[in-house]
Amino acid sequence: MDTMRERFAAVTSRLLDEDPRLAVVLAEIGKDGFDAARQRHPDRVLNVGIREQLLVGVGGGLALTGMRPVVHTFASFLVERPFEQVKLDFGHQGVGGVLVSAGGSYDWPAGGFTHMAPGDVALMDTLDGWTVHVPGHPDEAEVLLRHAAAAGDDKVYVRLSVQSNEAPRPVDGSRFLTLREGRAGTVVAVGPMLDNVLAATAGLDVTVLYATTVRPFDGAALRAAVGGTEAADVVLVEPYLAGTSAAAAGEALQDIPHRVLGLGVGRRELRRYGDMAAHLAAHGLDPASLRGRIGGFAGGFAGG
Amino acid sequence: MRERAGAGPLPYDRYDQLGPLMGLMTGDEKHGPAATSTLDALWVLYDRVLRVSPDTAEAPDRDRFLLSKGHGPMAYYAVLAAKGFFPVEWLPEFGAYDSPLGHHPDGQLVPGAEIGSGSLGHGLPLAVGTALGLRAQGLTEPAVWVLIGDAELDEGSNHEAIAYAGPAGLDRLHVVVVDNASASYPLDGGIAARFAAAGWSVRTVDGRDHDALFAAYTAPHPGRPHAVVARVEPKEA
Repeated sequence: MDTMRERFAAVTSRLLDEDPRLAVVLAEIGKDGFDAARQRHPDRVLNVGIREQLLVGVGGGLALTGMRPVVHTFASFLVERPFEQVKLDFGHQGVGGVLVSAGGSYDWPAGGFTHMAPGDVALMDTLDGWTVHVPGHPDEAEVLLRHAAAAGDDKVYVRLSVQSNEAPRPVDGSRFLTLREGRAGTVVAVGPMLDNVLAATAGLDVTVLYATTVRPFDGAALRAAVGGTEAADVVLVEPYLAGTSAAAAGEALQDIPHRVLGLGVGRRELRRYGDMAAHLAAHGLDPASLRGRIGGFAGGFAGG
Repeated sequence: MRERAGAGPLPYDRYDQLGPLMGLMTGDEKHGPAATSTLDALWVLYDRVLRVSPDTAEAPDRDRFLLSKGHGPMAYYAVLAAKGFFPVEWLPEFGAYDSPLGHHPDGQLVPGAEIGSGSLGHGLPLAVGTALGLRAQGLTEPAVWVLIGDAELDEGSNHEAIAYAGPAGLDRLHVVVVDNASASYPLDGGIAARFAAAGWSVRTVDGRDHDALFAAYTAPHPGRPHAVVARVEPKEA
């Protein structure tokens, strides 16, 4: 199986052949995957060097001329370092584009905190009108990237990671999927958190929703799920900063008494290396930790 | 983009009409020096160089002018009003709640303004992307112009853009640096040297001399982006 990043390069290279409006902007990172596409489309596969402010500004400038830019680098350098460019060079200028990040929250644990971006989605949440896709499998990444490229002049952030579920689900670029139905509560699993959530909730009488498009937040799906349970108890399990979607869930449920537990990556910097499994465990996102934290919420979601 | 409100006045065609237009705008006096420093550079561009008018403001092959130095935009508004992009009657409402004309220009509100600016260091990277986007669509005729201030040049985003655009040979890209000696750590000749070192064509001129500005703006620069350093009286003078 390829990674989401490899799929991104392959799919986007094909899309460049099909859609003359599309352009890819890189800052060295990821350029090898676009070598062949750059030969075919030298004016639409652009590498600006190690210059992330320019990377985002160039994306905005391309959009001002009517093109659809796909801007890619690691999440730390795409969203965090040039954040004001993201805010002003797209939204304030009234143009859209596709930001595609890699690296996730800790895809390269041995690389340390400089290459970790657990706060990227929370940062994007401070801006208006961005669609946020968090695929949980390379096949889903392909579907969501195609949606993003074809989404007119929308502003879209696609968060790629080496974290992946075993099997893809039929995601559609907007709705949450209902993967399991129960009576004791609702668990929302975002992207690559799904397999761990399914393992953690095995035998618990809970509804499991699967979210790969988290903005706009599918509040209707959450309300429907909560309507089928005995208590409006909701656990969000996100592969980035804990509680990132808590406000969105609260807004969806504002007309009924409810409780929300946000699970995800902690704010505290671990200063540890190692591997992905160790970091998942350290943040309480491995199946055993999740089972304890989910099971302990609302007096135990126990049941069936 | 907002429609022009009514037919508006006939375009003004004389430089000496701009002063009274600027006099209609009040409330941003702290940015007065920044406003007047750009007046001549803007006028010569819009009057003699840029191929854009109210009728072609949305045409794909128009020249683009991006005002990056968005603070003190009174000279910009005066020139746009003089050229008929919006009615002169808008000017006295400068900065009011319902006015499209803020103390920093918003490209979504001001007819003829390509971008919103005010936060320094965004215009040149956006202009680089604009030049790349036009080239990718086969639009090789339109010129892309961006105006920045000498202190604005301190922003690192500009250095990223300068260092890229020269070696990339973006010869439809043009920068006007209005130098009113407002940077805290100036180096005499440093602005021109910085562009030259990155492979740009560079001219330094008296920013109040209209013929010198025109000659510098229109100097040939095959294969290279072009920078014009327009020196005006120091901000503190």
